[in-house]
Amino acid sequence: LGHDIHFHDKKIALLEAGPRKEYDRMPDSFSNRVSSISPGSATLLSSFGAWDHVCNLRLKPFRRMQVWDACSEAMIVFEKDDLDDMGYIVENDVIMSALTKQLDAVADRVEVFYGSRAVGYTWPLPSHSCDTSPWVQIELADGRRLQTKLLIGADGHNSVVRKEAEIKNIEHQYDQSAVVATLHLSEATDNNVAWQRFLPTGPVALLPLSDTASSLVWSTSHEHASELLSMDEESFVDSINSAFWSNINHSDFIDTAGAMFRSAISFLKPSGTAVRQLPPSIAKVDSESRAMFPLGMGHATEYVQHRVALIGDAAHRVHPLAGQGVNLGFGDIACLAHHLSAAAFNGSDLGSLKHLLKFETERQRHNVSLIAAIDVLKRLYSTSLAPLVLLRTWGLQATNALPPVKVRI
Amino acid sequence: TVKRLFSTSHSSVDSKEMKKFQLLAHKWWDEEGEYSALHSMNDIRVPFIRDTLLNMSSNYHLGNPLSGVKILDVGCGGGLLSEPLGRLGASVTGIDPLEDNIRTADQHKSFDPVLAKRIQYRSSSLEEIVEECMETFDVIVASEVVEHVADLETFIKCCSQVLKPEGSLFITTINKTQLSYVLGIVVAEKILGIVPEGTHEWEKFVPPEELQRLLESNGFSVKTVNGMLYNPLSGSWSWMESTSVNYAMHAVKSVAQGQSSPTGALSEMEREQSSATAGAAM
Repeated sequence: LGHDIHFHDKKIALLEAGPRKEYDRMPDSFSNRVSSISPGSATLLSSFGAWDHVCNLRLKPFRRMQVWDACSEAMIVFEKDDLDDMGYIVENDVIMSALTKQLDAVADRVEVFYGSRAVGYTWPLPSHSCDTSPWVQIELADGRRLQTKLLIGADGHNSVVRKEAEIKNIEHQYDQSAVVATLHLSEATDNNVAWQRFLPTGPVALLPLSDTASSLVWSTSHEHASELLSMDEESFVDSINSAFWSNINHSDFIDTAGAMFRSAISFLKPSGTAVRQLPPSIAKVDSESRAMFPLGMGHATEYVQHRVALIGDAAHRVHPLAGQGVNLGFGDIACLAHHLSAAAFNGSDLGSLKHLLKFETERQRHNVSLIAAIDVLKRLYSTSLAPLVLLRTWGLQATNALPPVKVRI
Repeated sequence: TVKRLFSTSHSSVDSKEMKKFQLLAHKWWDEEGEYSALHSMNDIRVPFIRDTLLNMSSNYHLGNPLSGVKILDVGCGGGLLSEPLGRLGASVTGIDPLEDNIRTADQHKSFDPVLAKRIQYRSSSLEEIVEECMETFDVIVASEVVEHVADLETFIKCCSQVLKPEGSLFITTINKTQLSYVLGIVVAEKILGIVPEGTHEWEKFVPPEELQRLLESNGFSVKTVNGMLYNPLSGSWSWMESTSVNYAMHAVKSVAQGQSSPTGALSEMEREQSSATAGAAM
């Protein structure tokens, strides 16, 4: 927003709990928190000049995504026909640094309060003809007070803004934690494929960081996650390799049924079965790069109220299995920025519900079906019961063979 | 002549009209209340004013499009239109004969430090400021006002006096047709309650042809006429070809007066041209 021409003489304050993060050169080791950035999100970041900084620091484009089941041979491959990148794996610190640089460029309009925390909010009363200020009042931990026409809550899935505004949240804790780590491959390779295998305990994913390194995101039960964190590095590496390579969970029944379906498809649609590639094997893990965090799902019943808007995880929280969480947030930003810019050019009061509701409708329409689909996938793949495995095996094989459905995904 | 302008029988303010608005003076800023249709009218009238002015000037900044423009908002009410114009950078003077309206407007702008400086409100009729404001304003906006004035010709003459040469006059009002009686009074007031009952009197509605005639015989050249339509289901306004219910008009104060025939023919052509392009653009 600070870079938007129609916001030329507006004032924006950003309350950031963390410290300022800016890098001129990335350290040699990779951070264990990474995100998969879609091309659409990259476009948003380049619209205000941040993507250039990301490219100058560090990122890894990937061209192909292979997703397969541990309980069967079913597999789906996503690939763009032209030589375009499907997406980019970027460390979160890199994105933060790029954003910090671009914030500095509009420091006259945007003031960032690092290390700050809001302790109280005073909401305006709905009726307008009273003597108290119609704006939102914010009290900071250090005693300073701010007032604003529009408060945007981007404070994550435990959003305080959302709670204080009394917006109901539909939430559900998965009995899963995600384990992240930075891994080193046995041998250098092009490494432009993202791998994900659905184990009965949860999906395990390898996201490329460079020709020799990849990032691990392994969603599994809380107990297994703690085990993974506490075991020695060799055992950890062994667990990862076996997760990707072993066929323990296959049953003959499923294998036969799957093979039959596959031959049926290749009869009807010769190009419908893709070549299965083998994921890289892991040689070692960066010490101290292992970490875990709990997973859950959430969706706010309203994204907006008078003078308040929620974006990103404050509005919706998803399982990392689809790599979509941060991209949904970027989509929210692009939409809200578009509506606020138009409102500013019309001279409207920025906190007015009229344009905020347009943002809410547009995003809810887009987000709800995706959030529901991710939740369904998570549940569908959390079991090794034969009927469901068969269902998802055939479903995955069919989806892999049908270009129109794949393109939409 | 000065005395005549000040005598009430030729005043453009109608005291019956003032009483109607007195009762609702505190309801202006409730976006869902009695004035919700006026709030949503901002979505088309502000871009109309903004874009017309930007098209006429070559030197503006998109972040502050109306900076340096002096606007007079006649019949500003609670300041519904003054505030967005102020936010776009203009210096706005809002006048309204009803003190309660001005009080509401002043109070509402006081919370915003930027607006408080850009907008000045005065409780006054148009005639009362003519003397001290001769040729002061770049733009006059009279939105949903001319259907409430007692003497339209006097009103237009005063507008001409306070407007700089080549300044713009923007008017939005309601046409006097059978359709406007049905939609504007019967449906809007009595059936759907979009407008408080008794707000409008069909007799005082002004057809665009009449308004144009009055404007052009008082030194204005009409540049654009566009029909407007309110959709009660969505609560929003849109432009339409036909001016049979609501319409907006843009006129410019001609520099030289007394050359009525040649400029009359020229402005006819100009109007057809610009309303055709405006219709296509909208």
